[in-house]
Amino acid sequence: MIELLASSDRNVAVGMAQAAAAIALCLGVVVLCRRFAVHVERETAVSLARGLVQMVAVGVILALLLHGSLLIGALILLAMTFAAAVTASRRAPEIKNPLILSFYAIAAGSSVVIAVLLATRTVTTEIVVLVPVGSMIIANAMNACAQAMERFRADIAAHVGLIETGLALGADPAATVAPYVQSAVYASLLPRLDMLKSLGFVWIPGVMAGMLVSGASPVYAGIFQFIVVAMILAASGIAGLVATVIMRARAFSSAAQLTLRAGEPDKRRLV
Amino acid sequence: MKSEQPTQPIALETAHLSRAVVGKVLTDDINVQVQVGEVVAVVGPSGSGKSSFLRLLNRLDEPTGGSVRLNGEDYRRLAPQELRRRVSMVMQTAYLFPGTVAENVAYGPRQRGQRLLAEQTDALLHRVGLSGYQERNANNLSGGEAQRVSIARTLANAPEILLLDEPTSALDEDSARGVEDLVLDIIRERRMTCVIVTHNNAQARRIAHRTMIIQDGKLVAIGPTDEVLRDD
Repeated sequence: MIELLASSDRNVAVGMAQAAAAIALCLGVVVLCRRFAVHVERETAVSLARGLVQMVAVGVILALLLHGSLLIGALILLAMTFAAAVTASRRAPEIKNPLILSFYAIAAGSSVVIAVLLATRTVTTEIVVLVPVGSMIIANAMNACAQAMERFRADIAAHVGLIETGLALGADPAATVAPYVQSAVYASLLPRLDMLKSLGFVWIPGVMAGMLVSGASPVYAGIFQFIVVAMILAASGIAGLVATVIMRARAFSSAAQLTLRAGEPDKRRLV
Repeated sequence: MKSEQPTQPIALETAHLSRAVVGKVLTDDINVQVQVGEVVAVVGPSGSGKSSFLRLLNRLDEPTGGSVRLNGEDYRRLAPQELRRRVSMVMQTAYLFPGTVAENVAYGPRQRGQRLLAEQTDALLHRVGLSGYQERNANNLSGGEAQRVSIARTLANAPEILLLDEPTSALDEDSARGVEDLVLDIIRERRMTCVIVTHNNAQARRIAHRTMIIQDGKLVAIGPTDEVLRDD
């Protein structure tokens, strides 16, 4: 460990200098935005500071846990999933227990995919491999979950009259919101589908770039990156679907009454 | 409040029906009986709770107190879907589903796995004055036409009780009169039990046997329409 830290001292110093250059460029963009009356100074400063501190912290943790067991890796991913659920849950304040909903959705999507990656030996159980790849899967599942919830909530809000018309004609709740379930799941998948389509043409993702820098075969690096992005799509699909289905169930009471009225939190809750 | 001896069986009965949301009382202890074949108008100022009361009758909203009985049976014993087929509602705004007029008319039966025959669709559309509209896009209709489709769609469920929530208030004067005449003809020829919310007392006089006045969620008067609306 001492050897590891000592050898990385030089790299850390170089890295901090490069980070300073990146921050300077971001601040330049902030100044440019300010000239167009777009004020993102505070938000950008906070985000840059948080991002740097968080990534350095992750690096330190990974360095310390480099040779940790699979259990430690699983606990790290579990903590990441919880943090992702906290972030995603802010998109559905009208729903009861949005944190649990988000956690189920993100955990379902990422755990299935990570299990498949491990079972096929696409990734190893080493923390230094498992955690970075797992975090990509979790982050994308979080985005898909949030996008699905946001889209479903917005569609319900925009179609209350149509949904209640269906209910008043004797339809099952699920039938009245079927088009909005479809659009929510699709909306959550679309960015990942675009990502997959543009893979190699528009962007070469970080994992592949890192593998090339560390001397891996370019062809294997490309295949590995495809697998990761495909798995991100799968995790996003599962997370978006689970989030929407749970949200659909919670949008109605047991007597088939529409209780989710976006923008009106608690207004319809019975006293 | 005048109490009358029912002469027909009771189709719908509320007992101490109430609903409050986040401390605000929308419907407050309403007791009313609607006889089979009777038309009851619900009038009152804007925001008085007329529509809130109507939404409790087919359980689109949940009562927080009291009960509703349909032909003597507590409506909580019925599946909500079955209840709403039997107690169907025409809303103030005619929300039509994407697709054709015929698909809209067949919506209710389709939810129960039943297929509405083309002749039945034709007959319903003919009845509401829209013969030949079967294949029209439902989103390209005027307000009056859309409300007529909405009425045909509700009738396709063969309801025992018809709830009408200001069905003409979103229409221009000519369309409103046409839809009102249509509603009046249908409930008379079918001898339908009907509860209609209206802010128009003249409309209540033209349609309803009895009228109830709601203010601040409370029932303040009920009786024969001419008596209740005598001072207007």
